[in-house]
Amino acid sequence: MIRGYAGKFLEVDLSTQSFKEVEFSDEVLGDYVGGRGLATKILWDRLGDKWETIDPLGQENLLLFLTGPLTGFFPGGRICVSGKSPQSNGVVGSTVGGEFGVELKCAGYDGVIVAGEAEKPCYIFIKDSDVEIRDASHIWGLDAKQTVAVLTRECRELLKARYPQKGEWKEPSILYIGPAGENKVRTAAVAAKWSHAAGYGGYGAVMGSKRLKAIAVKGTGPLPEVADMEGVKALMQEVCNNAYESELWRRWGTGSAGYEVGAKTSSEPVRNWQEEWHDERSFGVNEFENRVWIKQYWGDFGCPTTCLKLAVVRSGKFKGAITDNPDYELQAYLGTNLGIFTPEENVYMASVIDDLGLCGIQTGNILGFAAELFQRGILTNKDLDGIELKWGDAEAFAVLAKKIAYREGIGNILAEGTYRAALKIGEMKGVDVMPYAVQVKGVGVGAHGIRSEKDYPEIYSYACSVQCGDHTSTACMPLDDFRSELMMAFHDSGVYCYFNVFGLSRTVVFNFYKAVTGIELTREDWVAAKAMKIIQLQRAMLLLGGPDLKWNPEIHDDNPPRFYEPMPSGPYKGKKIEKARVDEEKHKYYELVGWDERGIPRSETLRRLGLDDVDKALEKLR
Amino acid sequence: MGLASEKTPIWIARDFSKCSGCRRCEIVCSLFHEKRVWPEASRIRVFMLAPGIEFPHFCAQCEDYPCVQACPVSALSVSKETGAVIVDSSACIGCGKCIEACPGRIPHMHPKESKILICNLCGGDPQCVKVCQEGLWNALRIVPRGNYSYKLYARTPEEIARDLAVKIFGEDGERYV
Repeated sequence: MIRGYAGKFLEVDLSTQSFKEVEFSDEVLGDYVGGRGLATKILWDRLGDKWETIDPLGQENLLLFLTGPLTGFFPGGRICVSGKSPQSNGVVGSTVGGEFGVELKCAGYDGVIVAGEAEKPCYIFIKDSDVEIRDASHIWGLDAKQTVAVLTRECRELLKARYPQKGEWKEPSILYIGPAGENKVRTAAVAAKWSHAAGYGGYGAVMGSKRLKAIAVKGTGPLPEVADMEGVKALMQEVCNNAYESELWRRWGTGSAGYEVGAKTSSEPVRNWQEEWHDERSFGVNEFENRVWIKQYWGDFGCPTTCLKLAVVRSGKFKGAITDNPDYELQAYLGTNLGIFTPEENVYMASVIDDLGLCGIQTGNILGFAAELFQRGILTNKDLDGIELKWGDAEAFAVLAKKIAYREGIGNILAEGTYRAALKIGEMKGVDVMPYAVQVKGVGVGAHGIRSEKDYPEIYSYACSVQCGDHTSTACMPLDDFRSELMMAFHDSGVYCYFNVFGLSRTVVFNFYKAVTGIELTREDWVAAKAMKIIQLQRAMLLLGGPDLKWNPEIHDDNPPRFYEPMPSGPYKGKKIEKARVDEEKHKYYELVGWDERGIPRSETLRRLGLDDVDKALEKLR
Repeated sequence: MGLASEKTPIWIARDFSKCSGCRRCEIVCSLFHEKRVWPEASRIRVFMLAPGIEFPHFCAQCEDYPCVQACPVSALSVSKETGAVIVDSSACIGCGKCIEACPGRIPHMHPKESKILICNLCGGDPQCVKVCQEGLWNALRIVPRGNYSYKLYARTPEEIARDLAVKIFGEDGERYV
């Protein structure tokens, strides 16, 4: 067996309340690695032939929680959540930090596959090979902090009662949903540790549709055997040493970007992307650090960077708000994008979003969209049940976020995500509101604009990404560029934190893979063969789509309309993206990844990769 | 710490509010003692009874060593060189009396074998302190052992968590534990 894997996966069928252990061959694990890669393989094999009819929020969908061979070894623990996405109707590999993946491997599993749908709210409790589906009616409806507190206490008591004489039991690691997931809100996250979230993809809604409130796991074994422990130890140290040298990255994480990306590169969403520039120094990292931080370094398993920070608002109107300090994405989406420019209001917004179990990026995107419709008089305060949704009014945005999480009033429409809400509101009002929806194929774009061309994504990167608006999976050329989604698919499949890779030679991750698994993997082989296969599978399932939405690449492989408008302010005032250039670049990209001029994977590409059945399934699109 | 003959008893000073929760201490402790990454077999275990208030839970080397006194088979002794509690694994019967005797319920059973795990200060060169210092978190630091009340640090996870929650989150922080 390949080293680094526990060797078995736990499959739970909530409809029949039954479990079984599932294994994958060395060939499959070698080809698809784990996490995002393996998710595409499992989903295609199990659901591929009926993909277009599967409702992501119906009981046929599978919800996957997958580790990778590097989980627990490579500094910075994460777990990958996947399934058919209720946002894109394709497959998104969405990862979340924390100890869950490590605990799961210590319990003897490389992943959990959840099928079916429970009759009543439940949670899954795993203690090594003892697995149980437990009633969750007492925690259904609880917010994030309450859910974690009640489950932590309950599970420790269970462990103590069932396995006495062991000494004090450490808490299990918990993934959970908040009210938003329970109500199948398409921007709901699968969350951990109050504020960590697998947000992209909307898998919190899938968890809610299965009436699964949480999974708690306690594993008491060691991580699996590796091929070369001395090598692994040396590489761990190399990754740590590299991180220690980056003082500002460790100290501020992505938090320094909240001011900088706006002021320097003009690519930060401001008031629903009407602008991408601001010079509000009140939103600088120094203000966050001095005013709200109570812990400068906070991290997940094995992390030398600890880029997370803990923030508490200690006085004023928002006193008592607690969250891990908004990273760049949330400073942008729950700050500047809503016209909010103070750390206290930003921390408050993040805390509200965490507690509701919403994705901060996706929900920030939709709140901004709604506020622009209010600004333009398309949505009135009557439509909003009396909310005056003015830019900068954190309380008003918080009230609307709650309405979304509970699907009340207008919240019921906005809970469908920016794209679907734009379709509905357009129909309701008889106005085309799609120009204000800053999304790609159902996924709100990450907080990195492309108009200035000074930040990282290329002008076609969201348009061609198999994860749509996901800023961590961008299409770019050459395909082996460290930012390309083919390379990102390695981090999401090995399942560890990409932030600990910054500054290292690109071969470190493949050396690490070899030291853990014993398998030699070159960057060339990964990009040309293995990642290529994963990307083709993701692309195929995205284009097959269904049942409520289908994407036509000729129309939908495109930027949000806003990115074609000239920038109204800042050093890049007047700059916009020309559609003709996007089309030209897009076709170059299609060519490189082996898609035809319409963006559909070519037969020869798929057959070369051994994906003949995928080729057959795509016939109908050609 | 110099040559064995020159060893002076040490103690690991702890500032829980600085713990980042990175668990690097668990990783190196288990690698050192078990040759595996094995969080549950680590002699130092980071508890997180609520997110944000992670803290390492490990032997405080009480002056009166109640665990040593409670051991019915004399499997526990005190190192003259370091002051650490030494477990004789072959003698330990896994009865758990030391856990009950410890005011902090700190000793815990090895997850696969019937033997108790207690920090032995790695013979005077604690690996956990090294990585904590290397990472500049400074939650753990070596200090010479003196005539102080170390027992005050032998507290249960709940006691530590509740106090830390108040310190970190403010007066009503306890409700999160």
